[in-house]
Amino acid sequence: MSKNNIERISGRAPDELRNVSIKAGVIKNADGSALIEFGKNKIMAAVFGPKEVHPKHMMVSDRAIIKCRYHMMPFSTDTRKRPNISRREIEISKVIREALQPAIIMEDYPRTAIEIYIEILQSDGGSRCAAINAASTALADAGINMRDLVTACAAGKVNGQVVLDVDDTEDKTGEADMPIALLPNTGLITLFQLDGNLSKEEFDEALELAKTGCDKLYKLQRDALSEKYFDNKNGKTEE
Amino acid sequence: MKTNSVERKYVMPGDVVIEGDYNPIANVIKDGNKIISTKVGMAEIAYNGVRVIPLNGTYIPRIDDVVIGKVADMNGFAWEIDINSWFFGILTGSAVFGRQFSSSRDSMKSQFNKGECMIAKILSFDRTRDPLISVSGPGLGKIEEGEITYITSSKIPRVIGKKGVMIKLIEENTGCRMTIGQNGAILLKGTDEARTKARDAIKLIGNQAHTSDLNDKVISLISK
Repeated sequence: MSKNNIERISGRAPDELRNVSIKAGVIKNADGSALIEFGKNKIMAAVFGPKEVHPKHMMVSDRAIIKCRYHMMPFSTDTRKRPNISRREIEISKVIREALQPAIIMEDYPRTAIEIYIEILQSDGGSRCAAINAASTALADAGINMRDLVTACAAGKVNGQVVLDVDDTEDKTGEADMPIALLPNTGLITLFQLDGNLSKEEFDEALELAKTGCDKLYKLQRDALSEKYFDNKNGKTEE
Repeated sequence: MKTNSVERKYVMPGDVVIEGDYNPIANVIKDGNKIISTKVGMAEIAYNGVRVIPLNGTYIPRIDDVVIGKVADMNGFAWEIDINSWFFGILTGSAVFGRQFSSSRDSMKSQFNKGECMIAKILSFDRTRDPLISVSGPGLGKIEEGEITYITSSKIPRVIGKKGVMIKLIEENTGCRMTIGQNGAILLKGTDEARTKARDAIKLIGNQAHTSDLNDKVISLISK
């Protein structure tokens, strides 16, 4: 079982998220876009489509295909990152695509491609979760048919304690990092990764904690969309 | 309980619009007893079913829609028309020249050249092939004069208004004649001043389509 009252490096409580702000529709030229600031992470997501598939042989006759690119800017890390796509970025692009795919109703857009571009402007650990939140908001902003939004948050184990939203320092010094993504209305998990070791009790605790984090982020995603589209009249009815 | 009145509320993807035995009409999915929205928009719950009027998104062609398009490309048999959707509309030579069309005898350029605009109608579209369009019919054909402005296609019903109230209001107050394409393109004809006023009104509708009192806002903008 986890020990209580161990202070985190950032001074946060074990179940406390970093400061998060999401803004939808930040890029004029994209069909949908979102900017998320997740602690020190700054991530921009842009969605194009549905559009024609190039190269054409990738076209699927009864549904859309999703192309996702997660890319870190050369200035996003402590030391300069080489700007070409690394193995890690290819893997995260795949993971994000597969996390978003269950939410998108791809059958509504046969023979098309939906392109998701994620640029990490500044990174501080947990960027894949932040990127999923931004990409999902951008997809809704682009008007693509979705079963639900996708929300992602990580939980982990640092100094023997299960904590929410592991940042870069905690990720390096901690014992476990467990990012999850889920569809908040149905509770279906679309991304699940676990790096490190957790006992069964710790795992259950971390999963619950990550789910509460997702709930908080879902509200922020909704706020971002309602700010753009409804002038913050979230859920209010009109005659 | 089903009533004749229409209830409206703002929804986002994944929101349960209503529970019960309702007919899903547009931009909603049925999951068991729940009607779930798939888009950001305004849900309308009426006696005949539930729909979500989206506030964003690209145009999906529907048969018999009147659209305004621009020739993007052409070959010896057909024109490819940009209809503001993810596929080009196909206007075949025989749809313009008639049954006797011969690619060797008839010059495609004599009718439509690249960059020229037209008012057309969607003849067929079934998602397995590109939409087929036609320019034969009353009010259809090449656009010789005017200006085309664009708005999100989902907001076109707001530009038209209930029983055409909004379009009538803009036309009468600005003196600009408008032809509306369901794909979000609007053709404006009139003096420079009339077109500018109409364009501003359309822009206002685009920005505030989800708000009430839109008629009053448009009137106050035009009368400035």
